[in-house]
Amino acid sequence: MGRFAVRRLLGMLLVLFAISIIVFLIFNVIPSSDPASRIAGKNATPQLVASIERTWGFDDPLPAQYWTMMKLIFTGELISYSSQLNVDEQIWKGIPATFSLCIGAAAIWMFFGILFGYLSAVKAGRLTDRALTILTLVGISVPVFWLASVLLYYLTFKVQLFPSGGYVPLTENPLDWAYHLILPWTTLAVLFIGFYSRVLRSNMLDAMNEDYVRTARAKGLSERQVRMRHVLRNSLIPIVTLFGLDFGAVVGGGAILIESIFNLNGVGQYAADAISNLDLPPIMAVTLFGAFFVVLFSTLVDIAYAYLDPRIRLEAASR
Amino acid sequence: MLAAPLWASHVAHTGPDTTHTTEKITVDGERREVVSPDGASIGPVWFGADGRFFLGADGRLGRDEMVRLMYGGRTSLLIGVAAALITTFLAVVLGLLAGYHRGWTDSVISRAMDIVWAFPVLLLGIALGTALAVGGLQIGPLSISSGSIWIPILIIGFVYTPYMARPLRGEVLALREKEFVEAAVAQGAGPLRVMFGELLPNLWSRIIVLFTLSIANNMLLESALSFLGAGVQPPASSWGAMISTGTELIYSAPLLTIIPGTMIVLTVLSLNVFGDGLRDAIDPRSRVRLEAHAGTFEPEREGA
Repeated sequence: MGRFAVRRLLGMLLVLFAISIIVFLIFNVIPSSDPASRIAGKNATPQLVASIERTWGFDDPLPAQYWTMMKLIFTGELISYSSQLNVDEQIWKGIPATFSLCIGAAAIWMFFGILFGYLSAVKAGRLTDRALTILTLVGISVPVFWLASVLLYYLTFKVQLFPSGGYVPLTENPLDWAYHLILPWTTLAVLFIGFYSRVLRSNMLDAMNEDYVRTARAKGLSERQVRMRHVLRNSLIPIVTLFGLDFGAVVGGGAILIESIFNLNGVGQYAADAISNLDLPPIMAVTLFGAFFVVLFSTLVDIAYAYLDPRIRLEAASR
Repeated sequence: MLAAPLWASHVAHTGPDTTHTTEKITVDGERREVVSPDGASIGPVWFGADGRFFLGADGRLGRDEMVRLMYGGRTSLLIGVAAALITTFLAVVLGLLAGYHRGWTDSVISRAMDIVWAFPVLLLGIALGTALAVGGLQIGPLSISSGSIWIPILIIGFVYTPYMARPLRGEVLALREKEFVEAAVAQGAGPLRVMFGELLPNLWSRIIVLFTLSIANNMLLESALSFLGAGVQPPASSWGAMISTGTELIYSAPLLTIIPGTMIVLTVLSLNVFGDGLRDAIDPRSRVRLEAHAGTFEPEREGA
């Protein structure tokens, strides 16, 4: 187990390094225009461009440029040149809102994803299954940001059921916190509810033909026990892996769309604002931290998971 | 109706970017301004003005919403299909190489894909989109200007490649152990011949399904990128970009948001349903599984 964890962590460090190189390439090498004026943003003056060129060392060889960029990002000296604000500080400020949003949404999508998937597998081919299949298909076909704006229009403007966005810190007022987040949570969860219930449904249908299910039935377990203890449990394994990947992806992806619509003042909204101004430094930092978080989180899930399921660490060792 | 964008130029009375700020049209015999002096634009007039401004105009600029919807749909569909072709091409080549050669070729390809995989799709798209939106792209002789829709096409095609290459690689790994590959090698077929002549035909059904579903995903990603401003750049429009302009006016003209979004949902939903049906029809395993469970299919026991 210890060896598995160490190997996994070492692998993670390598991936993190590779990611930082890719981020560097995307922003500073691949585009064909002058990097300093791109970083300067919309209201660039020749003086500003010249000073950026010095700070970022664009005349140095590429490895030195890479080093400078990473140093700027990780020592918290990165500044957005259009807003004159420190990027790392802005990101830190946004983290509570972003995590409130993502954790809540994750709880919702896991619950409903598993519920719908289970129901639809148990009732396969019948009306409940058909209805849920249609519902989940619609769920994965709707652009979240559109759903968010439409819900915002109908539920906060037409019928004033929910507050029209904004974020209340949990420490300030837990009830208000949840009240402000219900709509964002739900919209963010819709896509994943659809996706997870589809995956779970097909996993469960596969598992039902397995030998251990026959054995369990032969032992005289009730159909319900067979489903809950044997079929569902085994079918949840891939769902947990998916969750490890998706949770990270939501923090660095879906949250951007949802936060900017519901005005949540999190990291995502910060990124969305930067995108609409084509202000590159915040986007660099958010991309890098977002990808780091995904890798970190999926490594942790992997390790936790290898601890729970010995087959995984054995498989990794034999590879 | 969803295919209407394909013949947009034949039915439209005006260009998608043409502004009609000072124009007046006759609606049911009554003269009305397309954009009133206070900046509000005309709402849907349906058939009132001989098909012009069917869905009204889009805000201050007074562009015909219906015309924009058709041209925007063109962009969205083009990006969806073209990016799916790029993804499919890259994924097939990488999947075949990795699955067939195994060893270090596989290691290199798989690790590289793991790294791309580690980025949240949207974030990677945004990073590439914003970095390229300012300066454009120049690789050797290939030069793409910053406003071109080829930029989102390339980005989306690239970003989704690992998601298609992984399942294909797995399939190739399983297929290459089969006897027909051995037979082909015994007949003196080289690696390329085996990969494209023997393995590829066996992958087609899977590829077609993945391709269909990938168009759906691409259109969703395109709309999200354009919504944020990292996809299609103005004045070009796509359904995602139209939602983005629509949300600014959502409280006065909600239809400007609702209509393009509905188009996306309908198109993506049809593609997903189609892809699902295709999978059930083509991929025998899934059909057997479903019918076996519903009790209409008796699975054959092999050498019991």
